[in-house]
Formats: sequence, C-alpha cells, structure tokens
Amino acid sequence: MNEIGQGFIQALQLIFSLNPDVVGITARSLYISLASVILASLVDVPLGALIELREFRGKRSLINLIQTLYSLPTVTVGLLVFLFISRSGPLGGLNLLFTPGGMIIGQTILISPIIIGLTISSLRGVSSQTRETAKSMGATERQIIATVIKEARYAMGAALLLGFGRAISEVGVAMMIGGNIRGYTRVLTTAIALETSKGNLELSLALGIILISLSLLVSLLLSRFQGR
Amino acid sequence: MAFIELKGVGKCYGSSQILKEVDLQMFEGEVMALIGPTGSGKTTLLRLIDLLEEPSSGAILLEGRDVARLPERELLKLRRRMAMVFQKPVMFKASVKDNVSYGLKVRGIKAPEKVDLVLEAVGLQSYAHRDATTLSGGEMQRIALARALIVEPEVLLLDEPTANLDPGSAASVEELISGLQTTVIMATHNMNQCLRLSDRVAVLLEGRLAAQGKPTEVLASKEREASLFPSGGAFVPWYPFGKRVV
Repeated sequence: MNEIGQGFIQALQLIFSLNPDVVGITARSLYISLASVILASLVDVPLGALIELREFRGKRSLINLIQTLYSLPTVTVGLLVFLFISRSGPLGGLNLLFTPGGMIIGQTILISPIIIGLTISSLRGVSSQTRETAKSMGATERQIIATVIKEARYAMGAALLLGFGRAISEVGVAMMIGGNIRGYTRVLTTAIALETSKGNLELSLALGIILISLSLLVSLLLSRFQGR
Repeated sequence: MAFIELKGVGKCYGSSQILKEVDLQMFEGEVMALIGPTGSGKTTLLRLIDLLEEPSSGAILLEGRDVARLPERELLKLRRRMAMVFQKPVMFKASVKDNVSYGLKVRGIKAPEKVDLVLEAVGLQSYAHRDATTLSGGEMQRIALARALIVEPEVLLLDEPTANLDPGSAASVEELISGLQTTVIMATHNMNQCLRLSDRVAVLLEGRLAAQGKPTEVLASKEREASLFPSGGAFVPWYPFGKRVV
C-alpha cells in the first residue's frame, strides 16, 4: 500500500514536471484519437444522415447491424486491419503497419459504428415537425437535411465525444497496428500495459491518471451536450 | 376564376379517410375560415393546400393549374409562394432573429431590416437575440407568424393562430390578420373570430364540406346551427351573436 502511495506521488511529480515521455505519449494519443474522430465524422456523419433521412429496403436491418457493432472487440478490428495493411495484405504497399497512420485507420474503423449509429439516433430525435416547418418555409431537400443536422448538432457532438472516448481508451488496435514503438506509436493505453508489466508503477500511474482525467473530461463535456 | 380550388379532394391515412370529396374555392385576397370540430380534417386540408402532402384523390388547382402531383422542383416554387403557421409551431434551436429570417435564408435573400419590421408587427421587437426555444407558447406562435409574414406569401395558412395566446395578444394577431393584403386560409374553433375576420367560411364535419359561404349566411340560421353542431361529441358550445344554441 505504501509502495502504491509513493508511486502515486511520484506519478504526480512526473505529470507536473512535464516529463518528456509522459508529454510525448499523451500528445501522440490525443493526435491519433482526434484524427480518428475527425476522419470518422467526415465519412460517418453524412452516411448516418443518409441512412436516417432516406427510406430504403433493409433500413431497419442495417441499423440493427450498426448497433450490434458498437461493442466490436478492439482486437478483432486490429486483426482485420492488420490483415489488410500487413506486407502480404492488399494494402501492404502503403506501408501503414506499425505507423500512427495505420492506427488512425484502425481507430476510425473501430468508432465508425458508434458515430453512424448515434448520428442516426440524433437525427431521429429531431421532431418531424421541424422537417415540415423547413419544408413549408420553402427549403429544398438539401436545406432541410442541413437544418435537421443543425438541430441535432448537440446530440451529434455527444456522439463524436463518445467516439473519442472509445478511441483513446482502446488497446487492441493500438497494440496490433501500432506495435507500441517508443517515441513513434506508443500511446497511453499501450504504455500503461507495458510499463505495468515492467513494474514501472510511477509511469503507469502517471499515464493512468491522465487517461482517467481525459475520460472524465469527455464525460463532463458529454453531460453538457446532452443537457442541450 | 378562383385563386385556389379543391375539386373532389380526398385524403386517406391507411384505412382512415380524413377528407372526403371536398370541393372548395378560395379567391385571391380573401380571408377564408375553416371551422369544424377536432378531427374534422381542417389541419389536413391546410397541409394539402400547402403542398406538404399529396391528396389521395381529387385535384388542387392554383390559378387554374392542377398542382397536387407535380415534380418536387415545381412544388418547391409553389410552396415558396405560400407560408403556413402550424397549430403548435416548432422553433429551431437558434435565436429569434435566425428563426424569423429562415424563409429569407433558404431563398438566398439578405434583408435584416425586414426581421425588425415583422418583429415589431407581432409586438416582439426586443426579442431578436433571445433563444427562440426558451419562449412561451404564445410568444412562439407570434414568432412563427413573423416567420411566415417575412416572406410576403401570396397565401398564408394559419392553423388555430390564436389558440395559445392570451386575449390581448390574440387581439393583436387578429388585427394583424385583418390588415393583411394576402389570401388567408385560417382554421379555427373560435366562431366569434370567424365572424370578425373572415370573408367566407367553410364548415368541415367528419372530413366533408358541410357548408360554405359568407359567415352570416352559414352561421346565422338556428336550425342550420343545430344540425351542423349537434350537442355532445367533441364540439365546443358556441355563441353567435351572443346566443347559446347548444
């Protein structure tokens, strides 16, 4: 217990002294996860809007499938992406394996079901009378869709926050695609796993505190968005 | 020639027939009141005229042209000549100013001075920068009216425009309506309002047009009143000329 307490104090010292390893790992984690969220939002928000705002055969089944993929195991996604971008895979020529770029792709795939699914839910939460009001005011179909998306912006912001939370706290994709290379692909979660196995409790605790703080920040922002 | 004409218009939702063979004419510049009990089809009729939905049967003529089943591009042009205020209007999550100017924005028109003018017309000139979703029901109704008026519609469709308003605000809105130079089609339960504001009245009962004509003609006869508005059911007792008839 004393050891843990001392480790905790030293962890705080590492954080407040801006230890280069701690800062580097944190910055890299934020970069990779934020880039994943941005990439996912560019693709998944319009896709989610298209699915929700159009009627087509199999829509219900597609939405069920997307919701099933919310809890896709991270190692499964890691394995699938690995198969594609490894040297013998179809995208092996892009040399993405064990790079931050590969990790971004992996995390984007991981969080896509969440962002698509919650975009659909957000848009569904906008009352049909909002669409009708826009329509009766002379809006084109595109303007109506833009209006509905704008009305759902807070709920969609919450979706992106959840996606970020999932990305920054996952281990499977980061480990399998990134390889946990020091100074290059090592992120908070993979570093915590490694340093704990080495018995380096101070660094593990420091990174753990940062990860929990980031999760708390996400949670606080989420409640703010959901309140709107 | 009638400005708007409905010929044999019917509307079904599944197995429920809401409107049945409605023949109705509306002339340019007049105020027509649609009266009838809840569920008689008044809102559905307004929605069809606003081209938000297609009738299940019959034709809707605008200036003699059947418009009910045109392609969306044509319908959009026609919809932009009209404006509708719903019974429980929805405000966008934006300021009052942004809500009111929405119709101008979708038409690509920038006229900020118009926003101030219409807000003044509905008595809410100091509300421009307030969050529209925090307004009271009556204030939202007036903002919705401002939102409709700002586009200067040729046809203004009002679904119970004073339903959520206090007497003072209702009187202001009625004064506004009576001063408009546009064709107004107004659904209402309020017989006195109907008598005060409308040039002609159409009575809807169970989806059918039971009577139409000048308010004094349609509503004056005691026998007609009793047959049109029997006691019981969902009807509101009403008092034309101060006399209770049911």
